[in-house]
Amino acid sequence: MKLYDAGKIIPGVIIFLLIFLYPLYSNIGGAAPVPKPLLPKPAVAKQCVLPTAEMKAQHMQLVDNWRNWVVRDGKRIWTSPDGRAFNMSLTNTCMRCHNDKEKFCDQCHNYLGVKPYCWDCHLDPKQKKEAK
Amino acid sequence: MAFNRRQFLKVAGLSTALGLGGKGAFELLWPGEVGATELATRPRALHGKRWGMVIDTRKFKKPEDFEVCTKACHQAHNVPYIKTKRIEIKWIWSAYFFQAFTDQENAYLGETNEGQVLLLCNHCDKPPCVRVCPTKATFQREDGIVFMDFHRCIGCRFCMAACPYGSRSFNFGDPRKLNDQAINPKFPSNGDFPTRTKGVVEKCNFCAERLAQGLLPACVEASRKHGSGGLYFGDLADPNSEVRRALRQHFTIRRKPSLGTHPSVFYIV
Repeated sequence: MKLYDAGKIIPGVIIFLLIFLYPLYSNIGGAAPVPKPLLPKPAVAKQCVLPTAEMKAQHMQLVDNWRNWVVRDGKRIWTSPDGRAFNMSLTNTCMRCHNDKEKFCDQCHNYLGVKPYCWDCHLDPKQKKEAK
Repeated sequence: MAFNRRQFLKVAGLSTALGLGGKGAFELLWPGEVGATELATRPRALHGKRWGMVIDTRKFKKPEDFEVCTKACHQAHNVPYIKTKRIEIKWIWSAYFFQAFTDQENAYLGETNEGQVLLLCNHCDKPPCVRVCPTKATFQREDGIVFMDFHRCIGCRFCMAACPYGSRSFNFGDPRKLNDQAINPKFPSNGDFPTRTKGVVEKCNFCAERLAQGLLPACVEASRKHGSGGLYFGDLADPNSEVRRALRQHFTIRRKPSLGTHPSVFYIV
């Protein structure tokens, strides 16, 4: 087997690969650090409304359900599986313990590039403090 | 081994059935509800079948009588004060009698015609805004309150066109980023209540968040504490309620009754 025009093809393929794979090799070792959301101190609360693993995976569905139950059904009190009752409120319940949006919420949301619009309307603890 | 068309179709059909019935597909198509549990209202919450209000216009004499109510409401609900009329936002406001009661065409009403009346969302029994909303962002609750779900509002403003009472306002800009056209030194004023965002319609919610805590609406409370006390609030379905008593004792009118919206706000004139 003979490769015709090897002098042009092989450098061409190399140049193509160099350009095509640039995003891959240029980012080697430069990965963004894994987010470390700041959890509330045990003195504030030992346990979130659901176990941590479930909150990590499903807090968005839970918060979505909460808002539907409050806004559409007019129910405000939710009982966790372990029997504790909570007022379903982002600002007044979730963020009472998770009181630093930048150090908690934004950590993972920025890392994953998701932009939930919760705080377009709902106040974070800093804004809540200023409002009072 | 030959693999003919018949055998291929059998295997393909079987694997499709397995794929659809598998656990992963099942979970994808029918996810369980996270945190499903028994839900409740607060123990002190006020419950009603059809909340309503009676406004005694005779008791509203001075501009302060109105201001007390509007200020209390707008502070409680983080309603920004915008000077430019064209884009103002209001939940409760006042206007001349002849502007509000266009059905009462009578040039000889004299003082009544020239007097101011307190206006707010009528929480109609047959709300036209709810009929036109394409996303069900505005809906009627079981207790009669015509409520806004700001999460769902797409800002089409059909409801504003449908409402015959001008009870709805549109956020032309982000209320948190208002510039000099707003006189807004302390916004947001209530840390427990959210603001709105650009592109949603807002209006009076009959203080659903206060009723849920067992409190009367902000305007009623403020009027009793600091104003004339000309506001009555209660359940129209309950014959012993404060509003029903006021309705029994006085002749009342409603705004634009000929439109058939059946407002829940009554006026003693």
